[in-house]
Amino acid sequence: MSGGVPLLAFESVSVAYRRGRRWSRAVRGFDLRIGAGVTYGLVGESGSGKSTLALALLQVLPPNGRVVDGRILFRGEDLSGWSRDRLRNEFYRQVAMVPQDPLPSLNPAHRIGRQIEEVLDPRGMPTGPASEVRRRALGMLEAVGMADPERVARAYPHQLSGGMQQRVLIAMALAGEPALLVLDEPTTNLDVTTEATILDLVRGLVADRDTAVLYVSHSLGVVAELCDRVAVLYAGELVEDAPTADLYRQPRHPYTQGLFDSVPRLGTTRRAVALRPIPGRIPLPQDLPPGCVFEPRCPIAVDACSRARPELEPAGEGWARCIRWRDIVDGSADPHQPAPPARTPAGGGDVPVALDVSGLRKRFPLRRSLLEVLRGAPQRAVRAVEDVSLTVRQGRTLGLVGESGSGKSTTARAILGLDPPSAGTVTLAGQVVAATLAGRSPEAIRRLQMVFQSADEALNPYRTVGAALRRPFRRLAGLSREEAEVRVARLLEDVQLTPAYAARRPAELSGGEKQRVAVARAFAAEPEVLVFDESVSGLDVSVQAAILNLVGDLQEERGTGYLFISHDLAVVSFLADYVTVVYLGHVMEAGPAGRVLSPPYHPYTEALLSAIPLLDPGAERSHIRLEGEVPSPVDVPSGCPFHTRCPRFLGEVCVSEEPPWRQTEEGHGVYCHIPLDELRATQAPAFRFAAAEGPAGGRGDDVADAAPAGAGDQGDGDG
Amino acid sequence: MTDSALSARRPRRWIAVVRGLYARPSSAIGASLVSLFVVLAVFGPLMTPYGPIEQTFTQRSRPPSLHHYFGTDHLGRDVFSRVVAGDRDIFLLAGSGTLVAVVVGTLAGLLATYRGAWVEEITYRFFDSVLAVPALLLALLLLGSLGPSRTSVLAVIAVAYTPIVARVVRSVVLDTKTKEYVLAARMQGESLAFILGREVLPSVLPALAVESALRFSYAIFLVASLGFLGVGVQPPNPDWGLMVSEARDFVYLTPWTLVFPALGISLLVVGVNLLADGLKRVLQVEVSA
Repeated sequence: MSGGVPLLAFESVSVAYRRGRRWSRAVRGFDLRIGAGVTYGLVGESGSGKSTLALALLQVLPPNGRVVDGRILFRGEDLSGWSRDRLRNEFYRQVAMVPQDPLPSLNPAHRIGRQIEEVLDPRGMPTGPASEVRRRALGMLEAVGMADPERVARAYPHQLSGGMQQRVLIAMALAGEPALLVLDEPTTNLDVTTEATILDLVRGLVADRDTAVLYVSHSLGVVAELCDRVAVLYAGELVEDAPTADLYRQPRHPYTQGLFDSVPRLGTTRRAVALRPIPGRIPLPQDLPPGCVFEPRCPIAVDACSRARPELEPAGEGWARCIRWRDIVDGSADPHQPAPPARTPAGGGDVPVALDVSGLRKRFPLRRSLLEVLRGAPQRAVRAVEDVSLTVRQGRTLGLVGESGSGKSTTARAILGLDPPSAGTVTLAGQVVAATLAGRSPEAIRRLQMVFQSADEALNPYRTVGAALRRPFRRLAGLSREEAEVRVARLLEDVQLTPAYAARRPAELSGGEKQRVAVARAFAAEPEVLVFDESVSGLDVSVQAAILNLVGDLQEERGTGYLFISHDLAVVSFLADYVTVVYLGHVMEAGPAGRVLSPPYHPYTEALLSAIPLLDPGAERSHIRLEGEVPSPVDVPSGCPFHTRCPRFLGEVCVSEEPPWRQTEEGHGVYCHIPLDELRATQAPAFRFAAAEGPAGGRGDDVADAAPAGAGDQGDGDG
Repeated sequence: MTDSALSARRPRRWIAVVRGLYARPSSAIGASLVSLFVVLAVFGPLMTPYGPIEQTFTQRSRPPSLHHYFGTDHLGRDVFSRVVAGDRDIFLLAGSGTLVAVVVGTLAGLLATYRGAWVEEITYRFFDSVLAVPALLLALLLLGSLGPSRTSVLAVIAVAYTPIVARVVRSVVLDTKTKEYVLAARMQGESLAFILGREVLPSVLPALAVESALRFSYAIFLVASLGFLGVGVQPPNPDWGLMVSEARDFVYLTPWTLVFPALGISLLVVGVNLLADGLKRVLQVEVSA
């Protein structure tokens, strides 16, 4: 970085968008210098302006957006003066971009091979199979880890999975041997196991080629895995910029600290440590506070903070935009948000079962063509859920974990009766309930409720919050209108909103507020079991933390049993007392959370744990990557469904025989042909943090340092 | 938080819509034209000095004057009075026909699409087969068997436009019925009527308002066309299409007998179309805001 001209430099860049007749600055005074070969992470929540910066860099801002101040320099030259032709001939040859959603970037009408050839030889004519260009295209596909480049080259984009499409885009991006690669949340829509292989891939390719990378992400974990340096963006301003290890060891801005404290770390549980969400919400560009942008939400704000916007000061090996960064470093200011009150840990012992599901199966029959019917071809079906059994106890949380396509959501919908199961029974408080919603009594419906996935879709945009919340009281609890009003007001306070929210419509609420209302609606019926289907996945981490705390508190108060479905193992391990891991509609492993997350575990669980990006650049961990793709649920592999990808594949027995249930201590077991002792002997904990291992963390005294208690730590020591 | 507190905070929705309509010149013109015709239809009898079929033999084929604003026709009838009465007529006929089509189409669309599977399949295959016959041909067919009368014209409009309304409703319901808030309503054990009426219908309304306005303008056209062809409203009723048809023979002698009813048709249709276009814009903004 020092000496010479950096590859890319932002010099106090401001970007504004026009809305109506007003321009508002979405990014203000942004500085960044990226040298050759450096991997730079750009981190921020939604509304921070990180995507705007990526668009501004690539000179593709939408028509209502403009760089209004500052310069973007590429090899020392101001890009704003470049003509379209010059950009095309010089800039875009050296800079490539991989977007979040790969499919729109691929031409659906051309085969993959041809699209890569076009990058390699833009003016070339279509080529034959033996040509030089074709050979290089296949080489690129091989370099991004495609097992069968020939087949992929012949495929059309829609025939590939999301992970493979993303690999193709990376291949295309690297085909031009760019000096700078911009990755905009390239793994956000992918499963953790796929994400891990993509991150490995990018890391390897970049190291080989001396390519600089600007990695835009909302995830501190992903950035920790990949980047040399990290820039943290808040409300359009760079608040901190530091070498990765530095930043994670000692954040110098209270916002960075707030982000760290909001993310549940693998191995911490809510029984031990409460998350510390950042109160309030990110300000909109049209009404920024007069001083520091973070001042209204800052735990260590002083008077001076609200008077003037702090400058970016050199801090250690990086930069921080906080007048008190020195106080943070020397410990005289505590940048942590105040800790929520400690909660009572769940007692041990047998708790009554609230919900029991056994042998659940859901198949969606495929349509046969007329020809197939005439030929007497067998009826085929998508086997979304084959055999899932689970138990939710009163006041406890069962986490249901698996990748996309594992049947998690189908399981939830089948239990709830929204899509009646093909087989299996659902027992609620000792009584078997009907398969369909229509067949259930209002009482049975009341007992089992759900919080949906999308905060935006879960509330009817045309109805007020009050109208949505009143219904369950009126309908399921049979209260009068006046009584219902009173209860709605109380319920809104329970989810930390005010009764005034009853008059608002969803469009007037933020994402976090919408999700609070959705939680409130589910609780209105006073259910005994509540199903959460990826209910916090779409939220920013600081908002997610608040919702997780809320959901945990409500459980403590009301003793509701939770079935918490998520692909995010860290969130599940934080919230859940029990965990069930599913793959292709089959249970792989089940048991108390602490046991499931520590050895011995199922090889699939082991791979999932190994793939999670950790918030700790120095963490030691096992490195297990799954090969290939999740098989189609129409043709579920015989024997153990995981055998096609299992890193501990034994041989014939895994293909031909269904694995036995091997039980360890009470309640914990795996479906695997490998004996438990052997698993125990060969498996290390999937991760070990750089920080010293302590007992279950300091009860929320100091979340950042109280790291990550060992995975098995949940009140009961490791066996 | 009572409903009164709610309405105090937010202006009534229709006021916001009217404001939005008058914010753009084209939709303002459309809304004004339609309002004008509505006022004429409602208060027409108070403003017209003559009855629509009242003949004054001494005043035949007179050009427009202060006594007869739009002149008189060859039978000595006051054209202004006939145009105003025709306005009232067409609102009643095209309006009630459209209303029937909108109500039946919406109900069928909501129920069939929400239920899905074979119910939806059968309903929409039937509607498709109705749509396969051109509207005018369908009208001639129906009128041929029912005989020309006001009721038959109304039936024609209803039959021809119900499938079109139902398809518009379907396009919205298909999207809405899988929304999580609809699932949430099911999870609260809500009845079918509540789910369709309170959860699904509101999202259909913007598209439905626009489509109703469009259907209304086409219905005006259809009524006028049928009158013109002589198979719809029968003489001596003051139907605009019929008036144009009758006036054809006297176009050089008394052009005003042709111009004013024709102007009535085109201004009303243009007005309703501009209004529909404006509604579409305003309601879209409403939802996204």
